[in-house]
Amino acid sequence: MIEFRQVTKRYDSDHTALRQVNFHLDRGELAFLTGHSGAGKSTLLKLLMVMERPTAGEVVVGGQVLNRLPRRQIPYIRRHIGVVFQNHQLLFDRTVFDNVAMPLEVMGASPRDVGRRVRAALDKVGLLSKEKMNPLQLSGGEQQRVGIARAVVNKPPLLLADEPTGNLDPELSADIMNLFAQFSQVGVTVLIASHDLALINEMGRRTLTLDHGNLIAGGTPLQGGFRGR
Amino acid sequence: MAVDPSRKPRKPDVARGAKTSRSPWREQAESYFIHHRKVARDSASRLWQTPVASLMTWTVMGVALALPVALLLLLTSLQGVSSGWESGARVTAYMSLDANLEQTRKLADEIGADGRVAELELIDRDRALAEFRASSGLDDALDYLEENPLPHTLLITPEESARTADGVASLLMFIESMEGVERVQVDLGWLQRLNAMTDLLARAVWALAILLAAAVVLVIGNTVRLSIESRRDEILVAKLVGGTDGFVRRPFLYTGAWFGLGGGVVAWILLQLSLWWLSGPIERLAGLYSSDFSLSGLSFDGVFALIIAAMLLGWLGAWIAVKRHLDDIEPGEIAGG
Repeated sequence: MIEFRQVTKRYDSDHTALRQVNFHLDRGELAFLTGHSGAGKSTLLKLLMVMERPTAGEVVVGGQVLNRLPRRQIPYIRRHIGVVFQNHQLLFDRTVFDNVAMPLEVMGASPRDVGRRVRAALDKVGLLSKEKMNPLQLSGGEQQRVGIARAVVNKPPLLLADEPTGNLDPELSADIMNLFAQFSQVGVTVLIASHDLALINEMGRRTLTLDHGNLIAGGTPLQGGFRGR
Repeated sequence: MAVDPSRKPRKPDVARGAKTSRSPWREQAESYFIHHRKVARDSASRLWQTPVASLMTWTVMGVALALPVALLLLLTSLQGVSSGWESGARVTAYMSLDANLEQTRKLADEIGADGRVAELELIDRDRALAEFRASSGLDDALDYLEENPLPHTLLITPEESARTADGVASLLMFIESMEGVERVQVDLGWLQRLNAMTDLLARAVWALAILLAAAVVLVIGNTVRLSIESRRDEILVAKLVGGTDGFVRRPFLYTGAWFGLGGGVVAWILLQLSLWWLSGPIERLAGLYSSDFSLSGLSFDGVFALIIAAMLLGWLGAWIAVKRHLDDIEPGEIAGG
């Protein structure tokens, strides 16, 4: 599903965010991405979302080499990648329903489809009863779950999460992680950037560890049982 | 391993497995139009939500549009005057000095018999001298002259059918070719002056119209830029979830067009009001000149064209703003750390 081939990302001449990173994630695999702050986690996610382009090497998502993707094709790639943010990026000028509906709207789904799929996604995260509320009225954990519903509403084959549990207490964090695990069980590839090592260890999944732009652990799926440092 | 196909399969190699794009083409088109309608309605209601600000923008646009249109209307009215010039055209034929009165009478009969001539007046040289004496005040000077220096004169009013530029020209040639006619004159001086003035005015109006249209585009561009800034988050999210540039632009282009619509309507109202206000004095003035000049308002087509033009200008302004500022908003900074 995801493949990094000798990927290097250099911002300025003196700042190299990723150095020759190699790894490969299969369909339905759930993996964590960890490392100290500034190790390159965000850069790696940005490369996957084509917010940035690699300086060298190739980023492949679903068989498409993203380096050579023309700018106007980027939106179509993003429609196949669900993203969950630490600050969830919800819009407070519209209802929960309208927030979740955005990915469907940009691809021109019919209103009937939108209604059906948004409710299915909200049901999945347990917020069906709050579809008409403003996200501001929800708690932090609920807001995060709205963000997740939005990320999965068009059933993307790839789900990325950037510190999805950053602001949540451990109990809520475990809930959120369980949701991600469920998605991976139905074939969604999930990559979660996090430095919540306790939580990562508890999950016992493959963990990619970055250190100053180098992938120092978890590069091969054979070491699937590798747990953090 | 295959990524889902694009819903709009632009690239053939991604258009494999049609798992999610099973909706037929018709349904796609339908939801596209539904989306357009929704965006259009949404943009309009956003303008309504800030009525004072919107009204001010509309008024600025309305004033900027009404001014050149009013001048254009004045111009067409003036051109109407000059295209009716033939009614005032009279051809004056001066006989040569050695032509006597009898000869002139014969000639006058001949010319008067021509189908193109409606009226003909003969002013003999004695009467001409008397009139000149009376009007010029050169009484004494004229007494020194041994003989009358003025020729016999024919004043010819063309028939209505001959009152075209060509008709008058051919009549002129005909009269000129007659024996004994020294010189033929058409009094068009004032008309040429008016024409020159309207030409000048036309250029000035067009220059003004272009400047004001540019101003309208800039005003709308700036207003839309502010609206882009205030909807920054929304744009970021739309780009993140795969909104195309077209999708992101659409609401702002509609906003520009709605600004244009409002501006066009305001311009039309301003024009009607000033026309109503001016029509009385203009009628009186025209009456004093015994002219049937009147200031014509905008026709239905004209109003339609004005509003369409205003919407296009608004759209253009929005497009420029969107082009300049939307590309700056890239979701790069979202994933921090």
